Amino acid sequence: MNTHQSIFRYCALFLVCLSLFCFSTKNSFAYQNTLKKIKGSGTLIWGFDAEGGAPYVFHDVKHPSKLIGFEVELAEAIARELGVKVQCFQNAWDSILLSLQRGDFDIALNGIEITPDREQSVLFTRPYYAYAEQIVVRASDNRIHHLEDLHGKKVGALYNTVARRMLEEMGDVSVSTYSGQVEPFKDLCLNRIDAVLVDLPIASYYAKPNPQLRLVGSPVGEGYYGIAVRKEDAALAGELNAIIERLMRNGELKKIYNRWGLWNTAQEKLFLSEGLLQKYTECPPAASEKTPPAVITFLPTLLKGAFVTIGISLLSMMLAVGLGLTLAIMRLYGNVWIQKISTAYIEIYRGTPLLIQLYILYYGLPNIGITLSAFTAAILGLGMNYAAYEAEIYRAGIQSIPGGQTEAALSLGMSKRLTLKRIILPQALRVAIPPMTNDFIALFKDSSLVSVIAVVELTKSYSMLASASMNFFKLGIVTALLYFGMSYPLSLYARKLEKRLKPHDRNP
Amino acid sequence: MIEIHNLFKQYDHKPLLNGLHLTVTKGSVVSLIGPSGSGKSTLLRCINGLESFQRGYISVNGQLLYGIHEQSHNEIQRDRQVKNIRLKVGMVFQQFNLFPHMTVLRNITEAPVHVLGVSQAEAESHAASLLQQVHLEGKAHRYPGQLSGGEQQRVAIARALAMKPEAMLFDEPTSSLDPEMIEEVLAVIKELVSEGMTTVIATHEMGFARDVSTGVAFLDKGEIVEHGHPKDIFSSPRHERTRAFLSRCMK
Repeated sequence: MNTHQSIFRYCALFLVCLSLFCFSTKNSFAYQNTLKKIKGSGTLIWGFDAEGGAPYVFHDVKHPSKLIGFEVELAEAIARELGVKVQCFQNAWDSILLSLQRGDFDIALNGIEITPDREQSVLFTRPYYAYAEQIVVRASDNRIHHLEDLHGKKVGALYNTVARRMLEEMGDVSVSTYSGQVEPFKDLCLNRIDAVLVDLPIASYYAKPNPQLRLVGSPVGEGYYGIAVRKEDAALAGELNAIIERLMRNGELKKIYNRWGLWNTAQEKLFLSEGLLQKYTECPPAASEKTPPAVITFLPTLLKGAFVTIGISLLSMMLAVGLGLTLAIMRLYGNVWIQKISTAYIEIYRGTPLLIQLYILYYGLPNIGITLSAFTAAILGLGMNYAAYEAEIYRAGIQSIPGGQTEAALSLGMSKRLTLKRIILPQALRVAIPPMTNDFIALFKDSSLVSVIAVVELTKSYSMLASASMNFFKLGIVTALLYFGMSYPLSLYARKLEKRLKPHDRNP
Repeated sequence: MIEIHNLFKQYDHKPLLNGLHLTVTKGSVVSLIGPSGSGKSTLLRCINGLESFQRGYISVNGQLLYGIHEQSHNEIQRDRQVKNIRLKVGMVFQQFNLFPHMTVLRNITEAPVHVLGVSQAEAESHAASLLQQVHLEGKAHRYPGQLSGGEQQRVAIARALAMKPEAMLFDEPTSSLDPEMIEEVLAVIKELVSEGMTTVIATHEMGFARDVSTGVAFLDKGEIVEHGHPKDIFSSPRHERTRAFLSRCMK
């Protein structure tokens, strides 16, 4: 009782401190006049994510240290017009607007769709590109022709994009969400999904040259990319607007887009006056109310993610325990070769990153004809990785049991197998429970890594919701509490189990 | 009943048993005495198959166990014969080695149920009578950690007896006990012996060896230096080494 109370007291104290910190530092990073600062320092700091990929901003394959892409050229043109140099700031795309608000860079220019949600937290310039969503299917597939044909299909989309939101609003589309631009097309080729809905530039760059894939239907859900600046930087936005207009009028923008095969008639809309451009996004955003939506509205999505997290964790832990025990027994009791196999497994799995193991399982194995579903790959990946750690825990546990126990059992006529099963393992398990609990809690949190292979679990749900709503703080607390709410009972249960299996001492 | 012929065992080029001969007839009680490291424990552990030896053979009721360097040695046969010997011979260890995660009752019933296939009920009623025999009625549901050393060793004896062995090996059963507990354990062994149990016991309890055993073997450096009736060994030892050891012990 006492410990529970004090734990909750500490939690409350921690939350209060955290919120104080957040409020007190809210505006301290923002510059009064970013435009003046840019001109004064002679550098425009540009935030983007090169991992987002082609044709926006990406590393040149021939000169990996060099960044190329139409937005690189655009940023350079803008800087030239401003009379300054570009300084690059690499930032994860999910948190790009957050970092802009923090003051890490002056502008965010990276295929950021102008949506009312985002306009609540940042200021957009006039659009510099008119995008639309494009459906991509396998060349051999004749089922899909329009957006409506996607009903009931499995469709891939990049996360935190208008395309994904469109698919979700269609209701009965099963959406696979990806963070990289290459992966959805890979999965499409592998028959894991039926179609991909992405921004036209991505479809043009990745799918058009691929003979296995085909673009179908006319682009839908038009929208615009804009450059984001901080709300208080109206002066900078005005200057950028003038520059974009200049680049459009003098044909430079068209030249850049032509070089990347991105110019189309839709871009002519950019020439419309700003007043007419106000009606841009065709697709109504999910939460366009003026007041930010309450955290409670996100709870069902978060809980769904939490269920996936629990499912993946439990199943992969079961695999890790079973496989780990087998490996430990192989290493302790097997012949030389079996011992070597077990040792090699343990060393390889411990010595390489889980992330790479997951990539190989999901994207590498199809090369040799094994195509696993994302969920299966996630469980196998986590389970096989943690089995290596479990194996060592069990080995240590088994070795900690005095040799006299085995001798006593053998002298009673028990076989080696029976001795292991009834005498050694039950005692070793007791020794192994604290480190096992530790591992299980670690696995629980590591399960967020499987989001790289299109599994939407709790952390992924959080980051999608948070970057869509810009509500990182409150949602973060709720998500953290969900994790804690799942792992703390586990600790309690392990403690109880440990107590139950404790050796009975002289004075119970 | 137990015949040991020309037993050689070495470990790391150090001889532990050096051409040892010993015969234990049915119903006899042989005490193995001698300084630490003389090979008493090693000999008992060889009989039980817990340790292997290089040369010679051990025969327990016709079950033959050859040294691993003997021509008649056969790995597969050995496993079966070791098991047969273990079913005939019970062993009690210096450190008791009770299973700490099981109650006293389960310590005793575990092997009969899972090795011999005796029913749980039958095993438990046998265990109850064994607990009575070792004067531990009422402790059936305790865990080993809740018992004193003497009580634990008596449970270990009951556990070995539960397999209905034809002979018992005791490996210094009282050496890790407090003095006040030694007697209670020796008393149980004495009762067992008086019922005719064939027994080999490695011990430092000279009084017990002299009063209870039918034969005493003095071991030194892996050899049986002297083997005879307790009266002869204790009152008129023929060998200098025996004399020196006994005079050190009797001080």
